Amino acid sequence: MSLSSVPLSRPPRSLVQLVQEALGRIPIVWLLALAVGAAACIPLVYLVVRAAAADGAAWSDALSGDTLRLLLNTIALAAAVTGASGLIALPCAWLTERTDLPGARWWRVITVAPLAVPSYVAGLAVIAALGPNGSLQRLLAPLGVDALPELYGFGGAFLVLTLFSYPYMLLVLRAGLRDLDPALEEASRSLGRSGWETFRRVTLPQLRVPLAAGALLVALYVVSDFGAVSMLRFDTFTRAIYVRFGTTFDRSSLAVLSLVLVALAALVLAVESSQRRRGERYHRLGAGAARTPRIAQLGRRRWTALGFLGALAAVALALPLGVLLHWLARGLSQGESFSGLGGAALRSVEASALAGGVAVAAALPIAIVVVRRPGWLAGLVDRASYVGYALPGVVVAFAMIFFSLRVAPGLYQTLVILVFTYAVLFLPQAVGALRAALVRVPPSLEEASRSLGRGPGGTLLSVTLPLIVPGLVSGFALVFLTTMKELPATLLLAPTGFDTLATRVWTDQEDVYLARAAAAGLLLVFCASAPMALLFGRIRLLRG
Amino acid sequence: MAEPAAIAAEGLSKRFGRTTAARSVGFELRSGELLGVLGPSGCGKTTLLRLLAGFERPDEGLVRVAGRTVVGPGVWLPPERRRVGMVAQDFALFPHLTVGQNVAFGLSGRGASMPSITSWAWTRRMRRAPLPPRAAEMLELVGLAEFAERYPHELSGGEAQRVALARALAPGPATVLLDEPFSNLDQNLRASLRLQLRGILRAAHTAAVFVTHDREEALSLSDRIAVMRAGEIQQIGSAVELYQRPLNRFVATFVGNANVLPGTRSANKSEAGAETALGLLAVEGSGADLPEGAALDILLRPEQLSLRPPQGGGPRGRVTASEYYGHDQLVRLAIEHGPTLEARVSGSRRWRPDEQVSLQVTQPALAFPAGM
Repeated sequence: MSLSSVPLSRPPRSLVQLVQEALGRIPIVWLLALAVGAAACIPLVYLVVRAAAADGAAWSDALSGDTLRLLLNTIALAAAVTGASGLIALPCAWLTERTDLPGARWWRVITVAPLAVPSYVAGLAVIAALGPNGSLQRLLAPLGVDALPELYGFGGAFLVLTLFSYPYMLLVLRAGLRDLDPALEEASRSLGRSGWETFRRVTLPQLRVPLAAGALLVALYVVSDFGAVSMLRFDTFTRAIYVRFGTTFDRSSLAVLSLVLVALAALVLAVESSQRRRGERYHRLGAGAARTPRIAQLGRRRWTALGFLGALAAVALALPLGVLLHWLARGLSQGESFSGLGGAALRSVEASALAGGVAVAAALPIAIVVVRRPGWLAGLVDRASYVGYALPGVVVAFAMIFFSLRVAPGLYQTLVILVFTYAVLFLPQAVGALRAALVRVPPSLEEASRSLGRGPGGTLLSVTLPLIVPGLVSGFALVFLTTMKELPATLLLAPTGFDTLATRVWTDQEDVYLARAAAAGLLLVFCASAPMALLFGRIRLLRG
Repeated sequence: MAEPAAIAAEGLSKRFGRTTAARSVGFELRSGELLGVLGPSGCGKTTLLRLLAGFERPDEGLVRVAGRTVVGPGVWLPPERRRVGMVAQDFALFPHLTVGQNVAFGLSGRGASMPSITSWAWTRRMRRAPLPPRAAEMLELVGLAEFAERYPHELSGGEAQRVALARALAPGPATVLLDEPFSNLDQNLRASLRLQLRGILRAAHTAAVFVTHDREEALSLSDRIAVMRAGEIQQIGSAVELYQRPLNRFVATFVGNANVLPGTRSANKSEAGAETALGLLAVEGSGADLPEGAALDILLRPEQLSLRPPQGGGPRGRVTASEYYGHDQLVRLAIEHGPTLEARVSGSRRWRPDEQVSLQVTQPALAFPAGM
């Protein structure tokens, strides 16, 4: 829409008119996508403005050798957790989707269930179970074991984050496996390749896009996790920033430190996008009937598979839940008071549901632009939507506090700004789910609707949205889940008296009311499982 | 006043970067007429359809639908306001709607059950809602009245195609566009489906444009054919015109098999002639207007050659291979000072390799300036 295309013969118009005219010619979806992309960039813009205003001392302080240590710690943790998540998620996805695994339906639920356990609850449970003087050591003490391997530091953080973030990759991989055209695998088998060779040479290369997307989710999750690393005392950027935020009022040096973290996240994004460019997007057209994929016969190997999944479930589900229940039981027997939990649960659900709805609505124009109108601008908007997600919650919260005080003081400490912050933080989860769903809708369907007389809006309502309902549901559920578990932004931004389950867990735990913390944690896990049930129920309904 | 053309294009051009997908494309189509756009893949056929339907904006040129300009200088109507129906290559049936709902989709009275996102969850219960009369009529027309409550995945390829056609026809478009209508269908069914498609379009009395790279499809289905190459229409005409009076060598060889012989324009006598490896041949076409001595490409259809046992003077050849089909046979011949020729002759006698034959050319040959 260059201004030079306006013929010179028309009467001169004001700049405002020219801008209005130019805006009028831009499709509304672009306007919305650009607006959402810009909103997602607010925290980053704030950081950059802050850092630019910083003096030399703030810079040299923020870029000391200590920062390099934080950087290496963060990278090592992200890489290790991402790699380990892939090693867990890939076999899980294959076993539950493509084999005759006994009880595959249940394993599908069990293997993603750890998503419902927030990292700080899991961290606490793991410490209580495996830490010094934890349950395991007490069990082993009669056998003469008086010290377990050190849990605090890298090992513990790695263990907790891997066990509770691999489901992100699993969900993406599973969707990827379902979308593969079985005909390709059949072609490979008929060309004389064995099952394993087919998996390695046909299935795996096609899974490159979901693998990269899943790895990106996990890596960014680790980089911005605050709860588990704080609990397990491993010094990463988020922990250092949080500690400094509490002890210093020098926002400029905090901003500089945060920018280093942003650079790290940008690197992760660059790797992911180079992977995606290598893997071709494809549409499976509706002409042929959807085929059921080949189911591998596990035979006797099913015992190995069940052992693997069982061990995973024991460590990632049974252990934290068992420990929490143990504390709860002790609290109940000692007459502890649990008042106010119900209100906190309602507030958690309310804020999370609002965040899910807002995030899905905001993600829709971005997903449409990215899938249907690819190009440099769509790429830019896509990257912009990741900005909030790449920043640690602490930093986003602190940027939003400043921003709301500056721009709309009336919104400070309201639910509006809290939900807005959640949406900025978790937008990419909704975008990812919608994008995956949209890619599967052939553009020819939308064109057919247009040529049958429906405008862009009518086409969206009557063709596109009904076809991406699974994506809308899973996008909502993902954001809902993550918001329920979100801790630092809730701590800093919730209106006074708006305590949620997450903040209850944190404060009760700080005050060493462990039974109350356990109760809030269990309730949190329960509430966070509800959308998962919704997710699975929907998928079954669609298939049946 | 004459009825305006159902669809007309003038000077349509479209470039994608350095590739020219359409260059000054122009044609007119009456109601009920069926135009086949024939060309090799990548020649711009699909882009032409998308320009007509409104899914691409032309760099230049205009399109009129039933007398109304839908795209042109300062005019742009989006696809939904063009009265141009489209049948996509993959048929693009909405998988979440029944056949009846698909066909009713483009009808303006939306009182008919038309689920959108708000009623998505109740789709299955709504499939028994009555079908609008026009949708029922269209399903009747394509012979699928019984299929209204099925879902697209329950249809065969041929049925899906007919549903897509019924859906495109239901709103009463001035023109229907079909993109490679048979490419997704079983080879064995194509012949009978071609006849059906033609009958349906005739009955609907709608103009139709379809693109294909299959010449048999184009020749048998269309009233007129436009042969496209590199974004340009080379020639528009009936199948007979294209086959018998092609304007250039590309059209001649694209619409039918042909032997190409080098030749030289001979001195003018009562009729135009050319010197070739087969002797002096009577010629017609653009090469016939060239002056004496001009280099020509002479095109001979395989059925223009007749063979006899060697006798008298005249050109001779040797059979190198033959394929016998009963009603006729294809014979490959080596001649002196010329390329291998292919002749399609009657099956009354089988020609065998290494036999010597006398060749005769039955009708005037087509001549084009050499190298064109």
